[in-house]
Amino acid sequence: MKLTINGQEIARDVAQHHTLLEFLRDDIGLTGTKECCAEGECGACTVLLDGKAINSCLVLAAEADGSIVTTIEGLEKDGQLDPLQQAFIDKGAVQCGFCIPGMIMAAKYLLQENSNPTEAEIKQGLAGNLCRCAGYSRIIDAVREASGGRK
Amino acid sequence: MREFAPDVRLLAGGTDLMVRLRSGRFRPNAVVDVKRVSGWSSQIVETEGVLRIGAGVTMTDLVADTKVQRHFPALVEAASVVGSIQIRNRATLAGNICNASPAADTAPPLLVCGAIVNIASAWDERRLPLHEFFLAPGKTALAPSELVESLDLPIPAEPVGSSFQRITRRRGVDLATVNLSCTLNAAGEVRMAFGAAAPIPLLVNGTVASLEEMTAQARPISDIRGGQDYRQAMLLVMARRALEIARGRLSR
Ligand SMILES: Cc1cc2nc3c(=O)[nH]c(=O)nc-3n(C[C@H](O)[C@H](O)[C@H](O)COP(=O)(O)OP(=O)(O)OC[C@H]3O[C@@H](n4cnc5c(N)ncnc54)[C@H](O)[C@@H]3O)c2cc1C
Repeated sequence: MKLTINGQEIARDVAQHHTLLEFLRDDIGLTGTKECCAEGECGACTVLLDGKAINSCLVLAAEADGSIVTTIEGLEKDGQLDPLQQAFIDKGAVQCGFCIPGMIMAAKYLLQENSNPTEAEIKQGLAGNLCRCAGYSRIIDAVREASGGRK
Repeated sequence: MREFAPDVRLLAGGTDLMVRLRSGRFRPNAVVDVKRVSGWSSQIVETEGVLRIGAGVTMTDLVADTKVQRHFPALVEAASVVGSIQIRNRATLAGNICNASPAADTAPPLLVCGAIVNIASAWDERRLPLHEFFLAPGKTALAPSELVESLDLPIPAEPVGSSFQRITRRRGVDLATVNLSCTLNAAGEVRMAFGAAAPIPLLVNGTVASLEEMTAQARPISDIRGGQDYRQAMLLVMARRALEIARGRLSR
């Protein structure tokens, strides 16, 4: 199949039973995207597929043929972190870090759809992402900071 | 599909199918990605008093559509609580119905609005009212060679108010403990449907004076999400709340 990952065109054979998550991690070596529950409950594997946040564990790699995929590795531009990544650092929103790539990709989609979300809208947008460290309040602070900071 | 029947599965959003494939509970000979089938519709089209929702329409598409918002607010409310945004970006309305979970959130609002399922196979087409589509948990009236092409929602000719209610153990990404939707017209006639309260989503008819008799037709079981008595009691509470909101919308 052919697809574009983080701006780079890629053509590969893919096992028919492999998920997009397995393809990204094992075939392409982009291990920023995490595997956790593998059933759509935790959001650790969130990536953007044609601009939409999805759980890459629930999508077959073959379904992404011809698509544009953005992973956490694709957010940095010219050595500059994405404002969301910077806000997560500045707000101390990262504890063990395992959920963070998925959190940031879900937040990226949220801010793309709604550039100035309320706290309730941030919680709604991140409802599909679990943090086992329960660091939710700083995560929400970081997203608010990246959005320009409405209370 | 004929080549691999009956052991073939259609893949729409995959949010039910992928979970089941990965659990290893079944191994179909073939999985067909319907999204790549030519003529597969992801459109919501209004014609002659009917809103036709193509089988490719996702929950996210549905929630954002102004025609659906205007005519079927209860369906919007149900679609907007399915899973998380990651799930709603993939999950289709047709997939929710074809999966035939007793707790499917979009089933009650679709039942009360009188949805018709447009079914197609390689050699035939037929239409079936949604309340005849569900047969048992996980089982629909679809033959192995058939698929759902679209759903037709009749736009109410007279003013109606509608609403959706749902109880879950936690907010966000939990299946319904019980869900319920109703419509009310100016004559006081009520159509009500509930989920996770019987082996299939159930449609019942009555009036504003018969909520107790209507909810008594439920046959809930006890499971991890709630006890039988709790579900039965909550149904009546939810029916009253739903009717109150529907009444407000009717008078607007
Ligand atoms: C984390 C998580 C949370 C969830 N939360 C909810 C929730 O809150 N409420 C809820 O109701 N559901 C929920 N679900 C279930 C699921 O997301 C929905 O049922 C969804 O609408 C299924 O649609 P899909 O397009 O993903 O279906 P798929 O998984 O692609 O298909 C489901 C079934 O229907 C068949 N099928 C699909 N389309 C057709 C068609 N056009 N014709 C014939 N057969 C077809 C498939 O073969 C398969 O058997 C959740 C799932 C997950 C993983």
